Amino acid sequence: MPDLSRETLVNAVLLLLLPAAALTALALGETFYINLVSRIAIVALAGVGLNLALGAGGLVSFGHAAFFGVGGYAAGIAAHHAFDMSLFLGLLPGTVWMPVIWMTALLSAALLALGIGAISLRTRGVYFIMITLAFAQMTYYFAISLTPYGGEDGLPIYLRNQMPGMNTNDPIQFFALVFGVLLLTLWAMSRVTGSRFGAALDMARLNDVRLASSGISPFPVRLTAFVISAMVTALAGALFADLNGFVGPSMLSWHRSGEIMVIVILGGVGRLFGPVAGAILFILLEVLLGGWTDFWQFWLGLVLLGAVLFARGGLLGLLAGRARHD
Amino acid sequence: MTETRLAISGLMKAFGALTVTQDVSLTLETGEIHALIGPNGAGKSTLIGQIAGFITPDAGRIEIAGRDMTEARPAARARAGLGRTFQVSQLAEPLSARRNVMLALQGAQGRTYRFWGAVTQDSELRDAADAALARTGVADRAGVAVSDLSHGERRRVELACALALGPKLLLLDEPLAGLGPEGSAEMVALLDTLRTEVPLLLVEHDMDAVFRLADRISVLVSGAIIASGDADTVRADPRVRDAYLGDGDA
Amino acid sequence: MTLPLFIEQLLNGVQLGVTLFLMASGLTLVFGVMGLINLAHGSLYMIGAFTCATVTGSTGSFALGLGAGVIAAALAGALIEWSVMRRLYARDHLDQVLATFALILIISEGTRYLFGGAPLWLDVPDALSGAVALPGGAVYPLYRLAIIGVGLLVALGLFLLIARTRLGMQIRAGESDREMIAALGVNIASLYTIVFALGAGLAGLAGAMVGALQSVRVGMGEPVLILAFVVIVIGGIGSIRGALVGAVLVGVTDTLGRIFLPELFGLVLPPSEATTVGASLGSMLIYLVMAVILAIRPQGLFPANA
Repeated sequence: MPDLSRETLVNAVLLLLLPAAALTALALGETFYINLVSRIAIVALAGVGLNLALGAGGLVSFGHAAFFGVGGYAAGIAAHHAFDMSLFLGLLPGTVWMPVIWMTALLSAALLALGIGAISLRTRGVYFIMITLAFAQMTYYFAISLTPYGGEDGLPIYLRNQMPGMNTNDPIQFFALVFGVLLLTLWAMSRVTGSRFGAALDMARLNDVRLASSGISPFPVRLTAFVISAMVTALAGALFADLNGFVGPSMLSWHRSGEIMVIVILGGVGRLFGPVAGAILFILLEVLLGGWTDFWQFWLGLVLLGAVLFARGGLLGLLAGRARHD
Repeated sequence: MTETRLAISGLMKAFGALTVTQDVSLTLETGEIHALIGPNGAGKSTLIGQIAGFITPDAGRIEIAGRDMTEARPAARARAGLGRTFQVSQLAEPLSARRNVMLALQGAQGRTYRFWGAVTQDSELRDAADAALARTGVADRAGVAVSDLSHGERRRVELACALALGPKLLLLDEPLAGLGPEGSAEMVALLDTLRTEVPLLLVEHDMDAVFRLADRISVLVSGAIIASGDADTVRADPRVRDAYLGDGDA
Repeated sequence: MTLPLFIEQLLNGVQLGVTLFLMASGLTLVFGVMGLINLAHGSLYMIGAFTCATVTGSTGSFALGLGAGVIAAALAGALIEWSVMRRLYARDHLDQVLATFALILIISEGTRYLFGGAPLWLDVPDALSGAVALPGGAVYPLYRLAIIGVGLLVALGLFLLIARTRLGMQIRAGESDREMIAALGVNIASLYTIVFALGAGLAGLAGAMVGALQSVRVGMGEPVLILAFVVIVIGGIGSIRGALVGAVLVGVTDTLGRIFLPELFGLVLPPSEATTVGASLGSMLIYLVMAVILAIRPQGLFPANA
C-alpha cells in the first residue's frame, strides 16, 4: 500500500506546477499561456466544488454548469450595470468589485442549489442524474431567453472586474488572484471533508442506513453538501467570466456539466487534488490535441472511454495509488 | 420501578392484499430482554422496519421512551434512543471500526454541522469509540477497516455503534445469525451483561439463546402476535407448538 | 389566440410528444432491463437523421432514407452495446454517465469529421408535403400528421410487443428480476443487444423523421435527449405507458407554453416585458412541471415496479 506521503508529494508537485508554468510563461512574455494556466486553476476550482458533492457525497450531479453559469452571470450582470450605470431589476446598482460580485455569486448559487437540491435529492441514482441535468438545462434556456442580458449572444465584460489593491488586468496578477482563491478553497475543503460534517457526508455516500441509525438524517447532510458544492463552482464561474471577458449561455450547457465532471473523474474522484490533476490533464489534452486536429474532442472521447473502462481511480490513482481511508 | 421504553399498539401494515403486520402491540420495559420469534415469513423484518422507521405503518402507534415516534424518520428515532443492529450488518466497509462508531457518537451528541476541526483528531470522540468497542470485545480491531473484519467482529462493531448512541433501548435483528456455536455463546454472554444497562428487543432464530436470555417472548405468526409471556408459558402454548415449533425451526 | 392557432400548436405539441416518446421509450427500456443510463441515446437519434438525409439525398427516396436511418441507428446501437455497454452493466451510474458522455464526444466529432460542420437539409417527401384542412378552420402540414401517426403506431406496436410476444415476456422478466430470465434459459447477452438495438432504432426513427422538419446537424440529439429525460422522470422510469403519457404532456406543455405564455403576460405587462418574462417562463415551464410532479410523486406518474 502506498503511503500517504506519496500522495502529499504528488499534490505538492501539482500545486507548484501551476505557478511555475505561469511564471515561466511570464518570463517568456507569453500572455496566452499565463491565461491558460489561470484557466486551469479556475476549471480546477469548479471541479473542487463538484468533487464535494460527487466524490465525498456520492451525488452524481450532471447539472453543475448551472452553478458555474450563475457565477458567471453574477460577474457579467454586475459589470454590465456598472458599465452603463443602470440598475439591476430597477433596484440595485452594478459593481466592478470582485468581493461583492463573489458574494453575489455565492449567494445566488446557494439559493438555486437549495431549490434544485431540495427536489432532486428526494430521489436517487439515475433519477438524480437526469433531474440535475434537466434543471441545468432549464437555467440554460432561461439564460437564452434573458434578452436584457444578451440572450443567446451572451454578455461581454468590457473591463475585467476589480480587486482592491490589485491590477486584475495584468495577466500574472489575475493568475495570482485565481491561484490564491484555489489554494484557499482547497485548504477549506480539506478542513470541511475532515470535519464532523465531512464524516457524516462520507457515511451518506458509503451507507446511509448506518448514517440514519447513527441519528443523523441523510437528506440535510446531502443538501448542505450540494449547496456548498454549488457555491464553490459558482465562484469558479465568476472568475471564468472575468478571465474570458464574456458570459453566455454556453457556460450553462449540459456539455459544460459533462466537462466539469470529466475533470473530477480524470483527476481522481473524491481526492482533494483530483480536480487539479484533472484540470491540468484536460486542458493539456485540449491544447495538445486541439493544436493537432480540429476534431480533438473525438480523441478526448476515446481517452475518456479508455479511462472509464480500464483506468479507474483517475490520474491521482495512477500517480499516488488507491485512495486511503483511516 | 420499571419504565416503558418501547410501546407499540395496534400496528397494521399491508402490501397490496397481503397483510404483513396484523394489529401488533408489544412493549419493552427497562431491565428486560424481550424476544420476538416467529417462523420465516412471519413478518418480523417488516415489523422491525416499522419500529426503526424505514417502513411506514398503515395504522397504529409507536412510542419510543415515552415519545410518539410513529411518523418520525429513522434518524429521529435513533436520536430518541433507539439503537439497533441489522440482520446483514450495515457498516461503512472502507472505514475503520472506530470511524463507524465515532459517527454514532457524533450523531448522539447532535453536533454534526461542524465544518471545521478534524474529526480524526477529536480525542474525546476517539476515546469514547474505543471504549464502546472494548465493551463489545473488539478493542484491538478499532483501527482495522470493516472490510477486513470477520463476520463475528462486524456484529460486535455494529453493537458497539448501537451502544455508542447511549440508547434507551436496543433492537437486535438476529444478532447470532452466522456466528457458529462458539461465537454465539460469546454473544449471548455479552447480551446478558447488557440487560441491566439497556432493555433489548431481540429478534432471533436460535431458540436455545432465546430461552436462555429472554424474560418475555412474543411469537409472531402471519403478521400477528399469537402468544406472549415468559419462556414456560410460550413453550406450553398449544398454538405456538402448532404454528411455530412444528415447522422444524426450533 | 384563435382556435385554428390553438389547434395547430396543440398538434405541434403532440408531434413533439411523439418524437419524445420514441426517444424516451428506448431509454426507459434500456434502463428497465439493463439498469443502464445512456447519455449517447441522442447520438443514435443523430445517426438516424444523418443516414436518412444522406440516403434520401443520393437515392431520391425518402422511404429508403427512413429505412436506412432506422437500420443504421439500430446497427450502431448493437455495435455500441457489444463493444462498450456490456462492460458497464455491472458498473455504477457514474461510470455509465462518463462512458456514454465519451461516446457522445466520439460520435459527434466523428460525424462532424465525415459530414463537415454545416447542417444537412432533408426535404419533406413530395407525397407528404401538402397540408390538410382540419375541423375548426386549422390547416395543418400532412407530414407532421404523418409523424404523429407513425409515433402512435409504434407506441401500439411496442405495447403489443411487450404484452404479447416472447421477446416482450423476456423484457418484462428482465425488468422485474434479472436472475429469473437466466433461469428461464434466455440468452441474456443477446437479449440485451436486441433491446438496446430496438431502442436505438426507435431513436433513429425519431431523428430521421424530425430531420425533415429541422436542419440535420451535429448535436441535434442532446436537447431532445434531455427532454426525454424529463419525460422519463415525469412518467416513471422503466414504464412505457409512463413514457407515452409523459412525452405527450411534455410536448404539449412545452409547445403551448412557449407560444401562449408571452401572450398571457401581455394581458398584464407592457409588451416588451411580457415577451421577455413570457418567453423565460415558457422555456422553463416543463422543468417547473417536472419539479411539481416530483414534489408530489418522487417516483413519477407510473412507477414501473408499483
